[in-house]
Amino acid sequence: MDFEFSEEQQLLKDSIEGLLGDKYGFEQRKKILESADGWSREIWKQFAELGILGLPFAEEHGGIGGGPVETMIVMETIGKALVLEPYLPTVVLAGGFIRHFGTDAQKNKYLPQIAEGKITGAFAHTERQSRYDLFDVKTTAKASGNGFTLDGAKSVVLNGDQADFIIVTARISGNPRDKDGLGLFIVDAKANGVSRRGYRTVDGLTAAEIQLSGVKVEADAVIGKPGTAYPLIEQIVDDGIAALCGEAVGVFSSLTESTTDYLRTRKQFGVNIGSFQVLQHRNVEMLIAAEQAKSMTFLATMMVNETNAVERRKTMAAAKTQIGRSAQFVGEQAIQLHGGIGMTMELKVGHWFKRATAIDIQFGDADYHLEQFGNMGGFETAAQGKE
Amino acid sequence: MDLNFTKEENAFRDEVRDFFRKNVPADTKKKLIEGRKLDKADIVNWQRILNKKGWAVPNWPKEYGGTGWTAVQKYIFLEELQRAPAPDPLPFGVSMVGPVIAAFGNEQQKKHFLPRIANIDDWWCQGFSEPGAGSDLAGLSTKAVREGDHWIINGQKTWTTLAQYADWIFVLARTDFKAKKQEGISFILCDMKTPGITVRPIQLIDGGKEVNEVFFDNVKVPYENLVGQENRGWDYAKFLLGNERTGIARVGISKERIRRLKELAKLELSGGKPMMEDPRFRAKISQIEVELKALEMTQMRVVAAEGKRRDNKPDPASSILKIKGSEIQQTITDLLMEVVGPFALPFADEDDAGSNELPVGPDYAGPLAPNYFNYRKVSIYGGSNEIQKNIIAKAILGL
Repeated sequence: MDFEFSEEQQLLKDSIEGLLGDKYGFEQRKKILESADGWSREIWKQFAELGILGLPFAEEHGGIGGGPVETMIVMETIGKALVLEPYLPTVVLAGGFIRHFGTDAQKNKYLPQIAEGKITGAFAHTERQSRYDLFDVKTTAKASGNGFTLDGAKSVVLNGDQADFIIVTARISGNPRDKDGLGLFIVDAKANGVSRRGYRTVDGLTAAEIQLSGVKVEADAVIGKPGTAYPLIEQIVDDGIAALCGEAVGVFSSLTESTTDYLRTRKQFGVNIGSFQVLQHRNVEMLIAAEQAKSMTFLATMMVNETNAVERRKTMAAAKTQIGRSAQFVGEQAIQLHGGIGMTMELKVGHWFKRATAIDIQFGDADYHLEQFGNMGGFETAAQGKE
Repeated sequence: MDLNFTKEENAFRDEVRDFFRKNVPADTKKKLIEGRKLDKADIVNWQRILNKKGWAVPNWPKEYGGTGWTAVQKYIFLEELQRAPAPDPLPFGVSMVGPVIAAFGNEQQKKHFLPRIANIDDWWCQGFSEPGAGSDLAGLSTKAVREGDHWIINGQKTWTTLAQYADWIFVLARTDFKAKKQEGISFILCDMKTPGITVRPIQLIDGGKEVNEVFFDNVKVPYENLVGQENRGWDYAKFLLGNERTGIARVGISKERIRRLKELAKLELSGGKPMMEDPRFRAKISQIEVELKALEMTQMRVVAAEGKRRDNKPDPASSILKIKGSEIQQTITDLLMEVVGPFALPFADEDDAGSNELPVGPDYAGPLAPNYFNYRKVSIYGGSNEIQKNIIAKAILGL
């Protein structure tokens, strides 16, 4: 039982913190946020130089073979700095599908380019009706030639507006809410029939609505065995949840610490407002919520490669529930304790709050995951027979 | 980072689990599962089973019977004990006065008292709180005045848990009336049979009488019953309260209670279906399970860090364990009451032992509402949750 980072992990943390400390201050980030793309190719290049764009990939594919703890470290830093660049959609999600389930040819084609920062990716899955159910897919994939033709519409696709390649889920057979019959397809963003409408999300990230009209994909663009994609989707979404948890840890600790700093320095009635017990206790409750979230993040990180899918999903659902609850509490209290200045875009606290809110929603909010967790039976089993 | 126990730790866990499975008396275990109160014999008997095994006082220095376990082993032991379920060792001797005597007592006190504590040959109770000194414990006013070879103690203690069974009480008393309030307190041991000590039980909102008032009226105690130095009692009390936080999260107990809750939620019906299938009730159980898992991980983080700490001070993060642990325990008692619906209402007086009256409703319903009422105490004792928040604000946040 050990919760400390290895020397290499500490080094990784220091190097990315160093880079973001230099290049990602509040004003620097504001410029990036206000740019047309909404994120910086220059920063992306430096991520590549640091090696983190290939973090989870094997060395033969230009990566450094990092595990879930390394991803957690990077994501926590991303949360602290509120990084706008599409790390999660490219490296964890789109890259994750190819890394875990791609053919050698697919790996060789995409992973080195991702690691070098030359291409970014997106995972197009959510649809208008699906909410958070991963099996609810209406987009269709019809066999044609030696490949498939895709038709349908995907919503709120992170980095969907600028991604070079898009991992699309589509139904090959069955009814709209069947777990069987799903396929995964690598779609070139410039392919005929793909149209994208890009926009910003509330937290300043970029996303898109994607229309697929008769999009042709060849057989070599199919991930896994057609029709059996569901467990693959679950695995990658679980990777995404674990990574988001890591990001949340960075966001929550920043919200808590910045609030403590504010309480220490803001004067009213001739004293620091941190001397008021009612505010102290609220700040302590934020700390507790942040620590509980951190604890569940450690658990999620250690369980993300668990091969027993039910145990893994259960843990992810529990972790995402805790993250969601903590996000709302820590975020709202941070704004309240900052008072009027917390309402403005001029302080980082409001930006962290918005990211925390988005993190709760992404991949399913706390109530959704709580229900999933209950449906899977929870952690404890009922005692046997009343005495 | 690694959340797993080592091979040796796993073997240790198996050994402990096996011992508890074979040695917790069936009747005691049944009472714990049903949420009924243990009597004196249950507690003494269990302590003696542990003592025979050499596990009575794991946290004590090895020379006085401690096991020399690592922080992780102690954690495993407590988790398994609570999971079994087996009774928590009576804290007043094992976790409170024992470590104080071991650390600050003289040789004679150590030789005489420590083995008797480990075996509950003496049942101890705690003379700290007073009507006027709760959270502000240092404001206590019980006095001990030296007269020759004796102390003369006058005053009143309260919330004294299980004093009705006690042979001895450890008392914080004011011995210097001019000093700053923390600097005039001494730590004195009193035989409960000493003339002038009166115990009056207090009935709590659960209907039971587990706490008492203890009155001291010119109680004459040998001077040598002082522990450590005169007027240093506050230091010893702080040391004691630090120890009290060990295992305060009570994760193992909460896990066991959740298993019980799920069992009852399968038996009780709502809308013609088991409560367990009621989405709103199940969501409540799920929510508490999530929080408990997070707390378990937080506790493991504290334990892992403890193994690496060089100083002997309690980690202020243990205040988080106290706050969340008590909130979770309280929520579970609430859900256990909710699960039986109207059958939470009939009052079954547990002190009315030997009653032949049939229980009303299911036989498991009786203790559930009293336990809900009783467990309001867990966010009050051991430093109320508000005091814990003060500690965190000061020691962790620096406010």
